Amino acid sequence: MENLMTACCSECTHSPSQPCPDYIKCRTEGPICHDSEACRQKRQQLMDKVQVSPDKPHRRVLVCAGTGCISSGSRDVYNRMEAAVKEAGIDDCEVSITGCHGFCEQGPIVIIEPEGIFYGGVGADDVEEIVEKQLKNGEPVERLLYTEPTSGEKDKYYRDIMFYKKQERMVLKNCGHINPEKIDEYIITGGYRGLVKALTEYKPEEVIEEVKTSGLRGRGGGGFPTGLKWQFTAQAEGDQKYVVCNADEGDPGAFMDRSILEGNPHSVIEGMIIAGYAVGANEGYVYVRAEYPLAIKRLEIAIAQAEQYGILGDNIFDSGFSFKLRIKAGAGAFVCGEETALLNSIQGERGMPRVRPPFPANKGLWGKPTLLNNVETYANVPIIMEHGGRWYASRGTEKSKGTKVFALTGKVNNTGLAEVPMGITLREIIFDIGGGIKEGKQFKAVQIGGPSGGCLPAEKLDLPIDYDSLIDAGAMMGSGGLVVMDETTCMVDLARFFLTFTQNESCGKCTPCREGTKRMLEILTRITEGEGKEGDIETLERLAKSVKNTALCGLGQTAPNPILSTLRYFRDEYKAHIEKKWCPAGVCSALTVYKIDPDKCKGCTKCAKVCPVSAIKGEPKEVHEIDPEVCTKCGTCMENCKFEAIYKG
Amino acid sequence: MSDKVTLTIDGQQVTVPAGTTVLQAARMAGIEIPTLCHDPELTSPGACRLCVVEIEGMRNLPASCVTTAGDGMVVRTNSPDVIEARKTIIELLLANHPEDCLTCERTGQCRLQEYAYHYGVKGDTFHGERKQFPIDDSNPFIVRDMNKCIRCGKCVRVCEEVQGRSIYSFAYRGFDTIPATAMDTPLAESECVFCGSCVSVCPTGALTEKMMHGVGRSWELEKVKTTCPYCGVGCNFDLNVKDGKVVGVTSNAEAEVNGRALCVKGRFGYNFIHHPDRLTKPLIKKNGEFQEATWEEAINLVAEKFKEIKQEHGPDALAVFTSARCTNEENYLANKFARAVLGTNNIDHCARL
Repeated sequence: MENLMTACCSECTHSPSQPCPDYIKCRTEGPICHDSEACRQKRQQLMDKVQVSPDKPHRRVLVCAGTGCISSGSRDVYNRMEAAVKEAGIDDCEVSITGCHGFCEQGPIVIIEPEGIFYGGVGADDVEEIVEKQLKNGEPVERLLYTEPTSGEKDKYYRDIMFYKKQERMVLKNCGHINPEKIDEYIITGGYRGLVKALTEYKPEEVIEEVKTSGLRGRGGGGFPTGLKWQFTAQAEGDQKYVVCNADEGDPGAFMDRSILEGNPHSVIEGMIIAGYAVGANEGYVYVRAEYPLAIKRLEIAIAQAEQYGILGDNIFDSGFSFKLRIKAGAGAFVCGEETALLNSIQGERGMPRVRPPFPANKGLWGKPTLLNNVETYANVPIIMEHGGRWYASRGTEKSKGTKVFALTGKVNNTGLAEVPMGITLREIIFDIGGGIKEGKQFKAVQIGGPSGGCLPAEKLDLPIDYDSLIDAGAMMGSGGLVVMDETTCMVDLARFFLTFTQNESCGKCTPCREGTKRMLEILTRITEGEGKEGDIETLERLAKSVKNTALCGLGQTAPNPILSTLRYFRDEYKAHIEKKWCPAGVCSALTVYKIDPDKCKGCTKCAKVCPVSAIKGEPKEVHEIDPEVCTKCGTCMENCKFEAIYKG
Repeated sequence: MSDKVTLTIDGQQVTVPAGTTVLQAARMAGIEIPTLCHDPELTSPGACRLCVVEIEGMRNLPASCVTTAGDGMVVRTNSPDVIEARKTIIELLLANHPEDCLTCERTGQCRLQEYAYHYGVKGDTFHGERKQFPIDDSNPFIVRDMNKCIRCGKCVRVCEEVQGRSIYSFAYRGFDTIPATAMDTPLAESECVFCGSCVSVCPTGALTEKMMHGVGRSWELEKVKTTCPYCGVGCNFDLNVKDGKVVGVTSNAEAEVNGRALCVKGRFGYNFIHHPDRLTKPLIKKNGEFQEATWEEAINLVAEKFKEIKQEHGPDALAVFTSARCTNEENYLANKFARAVLGTNNIDHCARL
């Protein structure tokens, strides 16, 4: 038997051409259509290759093939590993690719199962040593083990690493552990059970009830109750309905949707089929940005395999329900993540938001009732169907259930994707999972929710994170971007950065967003260039309020959030820029002056030599001086001073 | 669902048919709400946001042109927040608009000018970048000055929804967004047929009639309703008359047959009216040269000639050729004349212009 689809013997009656409700069960627990120990063993052998355990001989070497690891060379690692294992004659060991582990900065990552040994930063040249020591002799390759940034200790096992310890990986559970290009591995690890259950044991309205019971809310940012959205779409009148998946992940720094599609595409497909069944839709679209070629490729493979297995197509599992799925590659406009703009884009029109209501549930794709959810939302659905809504609702906080994947980036020791239970505090994410601030610097703020979100200061570190607490604090869940900032980040400059983004990405349809973000950006730019003037803060506030109140779509309405939240928590920093012409973080070059500390300067002349504009004068062995008129504030002198005598003030 | 809803607008109870927008309901109650992108004959994009109002229980300030009136709704069209928001929107539009109302062709009938005046907004709130587009006067009919465009998108919609030509579409993003032709070429190089519908809906001076530039201010022009002489459709429009001379044609939404729609000939082909080459008296060729004659002379001569031909060669030697510029009634008479008077079935018409 090559794969699960192959019949075990001529007596097997299950095949994709003969749809049957017991298909998945027969393939994983069977055969159930006839009794044969030999057939059972054949299936078990297939399963054992994927579900390795310490009491069995089979081992797996998993080489991460997520976008991050591939770009740091994991393809070479995989090729070398496969050849080396073969050469060494180890036959009870399979070398396989996996999706993303979320810890991309440690890439390329190699995991040895069943032990769960974690190797980071593995190069092709390290492969021989891993094979020799680890696979042949069972000794770990110490130098490739992960070192905790706080304690300095080495972790041998995946499970011991602080980055993973506080995580609760439900949606990402399979990412990094199964081969995303093999549907068998998804099925063997429990995949498509939720779909079978939905199609064979539930009526569509019961599926919706289950999702409502789970308390699942939209993971794309808005946090709208998913079950309610499904109900609206199910109740909407229409001869044709659609299910659409929003995979147009556009927030800078967020890549959880990409990781799910790359690492576990079948979970999204399964969620979408269940959704289609619940709302009465037979066609679905996944809208993925074209900048995610690997996600598109893996999704294409997954769809083709699901079609081959009869999981997508007509009369799925003999339930009478049919579902087709197509991919639409988006051209990368940020606004196409807005649901109505996304629908326009699928229709071949310019991605500009439509007025709501009517909501897509009533009038969506081609004017038909359409269910639109985000990748992560759909990926949660099979879990809910398999374990039940009540089980799911037991996780998280009162109003925000389950887990959320955050993309942790910025000035934090461990960056990557972290799936955490709702209600966890920012402190736990940043200091436990994230391992604290880089280079021992001070935490200053964390930007949550991408360009639509807000910045929260240190006093909000103990805030339990859920949809509502974040809104109250002036931020939002968004798609789950978490950018950590330390004392060297200027909040005005940060607001300017986000406004540059929203202005560039504004679709231009409504006046407040098109013109308002432009003027806010101009004011912020002026302030960071030292030309801020009295009244600027008030003008910013007035404009921000108007844009928030009057913009057409969610993107415009939330575009002023970076300004409003930084003004709320870091108003003094704005004032310092405007009134004292001083950038406290030393970021805005027009507002900083490089100075030499006479007590520390040894007169080594290095700074004078490296200065590209000859702004530094001084005799050897005497204190040097920087001419502020000539200095271009490039910072080269500071980088090169061995005595740390140069500072910004 | 009841077919009527009752809502309160500025303290006034208004009962309107279900499905009416808040904007329509307000207008039915005599309450004016400013609009730039809204047009009753086109779909509503809710884009300019000038018509925002405050509705109790609703988040933010919804645009009244796309908000359906609901039973029991309490709407305020002039609360401080609403006025503030409208002022800001006008300020933002003016910040990227030339301040040349003194010489602008649209002065006096420009919606932006009207609202700026009404809300007391001056153009000096924001001093930032202004777009500098070259003016497109590549064609004889329409001047397209994108510096004056406020991106309301009416030109895009009228061309697509009424004319079915889709010459314009929005292009670029953010502050750079403009309605543009395919590949952003000048109008002359596009597929435009110059019906001028876009000019008729443009609320500012971004699209203007080229031949009307400098011929008179809007308040100096007398509008004379007339029927287009070009074809039998019978479109109505307004001749713009100054000092007894026709200086332009503008369409009139009240026109029963055509509304604001006209073709390039009706809207722009009026130069013949005062053209020196235009024939105003009958001419008879005598001794090889045309000489002025009276109508009686001319008609008698033609009748004589018809008789001679008919007698000499029979009625089928004659043919009548009529024109689509004639009305149905005129064409019917010509048909009668051919068959009953001349006695021939040789009658046809040009069918097109």
